Amino acid sequence: MRLVRLVDQDRPEIRFTFEGQECAARAGDTLLTAILAGEGSFLRRSEFGDGPRAGFCLMGACQDCRVVVEGRGPVRACVTECLPGLVVRRA
Amino acid sequence: MRVAVVGAGPAGVRAVEQLVRAGLRPLWIDEAPDGGGRIYQRPPAGFAREARALYGLEAPKARALHAALDALKPAADWQPDTLVWDIGADPRELHTLHEGQVAAHGFDAAILCTGAMDRVVPLPGWTLPGVTTLGGAQIALKAQGCAIGRCVALLGSGPLLWLVAYQYMKAGATVAAVLDTTPFATKARALAGLPHDPATLAKGLYYVARLRAAGILVAEGVTPLAIEGDGERGVSALRWRDAKGRERWLDCDAVGLGWGVRPEPQLADLAGVPIRFDAVQHNWVPQRDAMGRTPVRGIYLAGDAAGIGGADVAEMAGACAAQALLADAVLPVDAALTGRLQRRLQRQARFRAALERAFPFPARLAAAMPDETILCRCEAVTAGELRAAAEPEGPHGAAPEVNRAKAFTRIGMGRCQGRVCGMAAAEVLAARLGCDVAEIGRLRGQAPVKPLPLSAAPEREAAA
Repeated sequence: MRLVRLVDQDRPEIRFTFEGQECAARAGDTLLTAILAGEGSFLRRSEFGDGPRAGFCLMGACQDCRVVVEGRGPVRACVTECLPGLVVRRA
Repeated sequence: MRVAVVGAGPAGVRAVEQLVRAGLRPLWIDEAPDGGGRIYQRPPAGFAREARALYGLEAPKARALHAALDALKPAADWQPDTLVWDIGADPRELHTLHEGQVAAHGFDAAILCTGAMDRVVPLPGWTLPGVTTLGGAQIALKAQGCAIGRCVALLGSGPLLWLVAYQYMKAGATVAAVLDTTPFATKARALAGLPHDPATLAKGLYYVARLRAAGILVAEGVTPLAIEGDGERGVSALRWRDAKGRERWLDCDAVGLGWGVRPEPQLADLAGVPIRFDAVQHNWVPQRDAMGRTPVRGIYLAGDAAGIGGADVAEMAGACAAQALLADAVLPVDAALTGRLQRRLQRQARFRAALERAFPFPARLAAAMPDETILCRCEAVTAGELRAAAEPEGPHGAAPEVNRAKAFTRIGMGRCQGRVCGMAAAEVLAARLGCDVAEIGRLRGQAPVKPLPLSAAPEREAAA
């Protein structure tokens, strides 16, 4: 999945780490936006072996967009702000 | 008197406004950082779009609601970024989570304005990266300035389908197609009831006309078949059947889907409010009177969580629920305001009933989903596994209702608690058992209504 940045993207660049790779995002991105508008493709693998997932409701209800933030544990990527220096991996 | 309001969307804002006007200082809790609800959600700081670009024709209402919200914050005990995950009956407490810390807040009366989310019909491939709800597709654009893909198919039925398509087109996204499962004739018949709210009707017709004029493929009476793609690369196409029965293939890299919305009544459920099947809305709706009073003393409901009505209704219902609370507490009320709002709400109810007839939930589509479809995306339970739970020859006998089926199959037992799959699961089970979906029941709410980190679990839970 590739989110397309369309409008309102003139915001300062920030850096964070996803799956061990340093990535660029923009101030005000959610983790879901930061990962999926970049090279992240997906957010986690289903624990039942049916493949990658990348969120669904984008409003904090479906719990499908879980990622793990170092020092904080599992969070919903769609309602968690991407802050400079966060270290994030797939759940 | 300790009064709490949960939610800061249109209903919550107008409820708090009335309480503050009456001299109360309510505890006001919202899960989002900046209120507004989903409809009037504001982007984070640093985004520059004007209200007109964000909310289109609803911009004046959005601006007015934001102004009220911001003015009311200092007049209330405003607690944003805070999840209410349980509601205790004795003692009366709201259990909250904020920045990883749990807390309990006693209250005497509460107005629950917990909103709604998309009503979904799963189809093969809907768990692929690139598939979101229509509401999700809209939030990506509104709150993040992003489209969910380079070439987006929009599928479902209801006003949101057309609104999202229009907003995507205007923002410069490529809309591959707008596929409406409702046949044109169904909508045309229901139009007879729509002039109760001519402005809303005119807006809808305007969106459809603009999409067609832009040359976007628009089809009605379609049957979705499957979303194609692979997990690593995501969506590559949508397979569907047109109204004439021809199978069609649409190249796209994202799909937004949804069939109207359903209440999020979990806190009302946990507070003991009876929840009933509303055949017109085709939704499970908590019991309340026209003012938002529930059979549980001190619990009031407003907004889409109390039955789907949309944002305008939510604003009026929020004010009414607050007036009901004030009246029951023998505090000064504004009878003229209540009278005016109740008359407008009655007109809106007639419009809403026509809208439900125009965009009916496609129960048959849900009931007919192929066995291999992942129905419960949290637990990866297929429609076939659920149907097996309805067989009398099974190890436990046939599950007669949806909570038993949950125990047999884990359907709806995952992290979303059946918010996403519950309605479609009930249709699958009802069709297999040959009974009405109202008899199948609904997945009962459980605390916590959303997952808590283990580190935040209360001591007594941890010790159990």
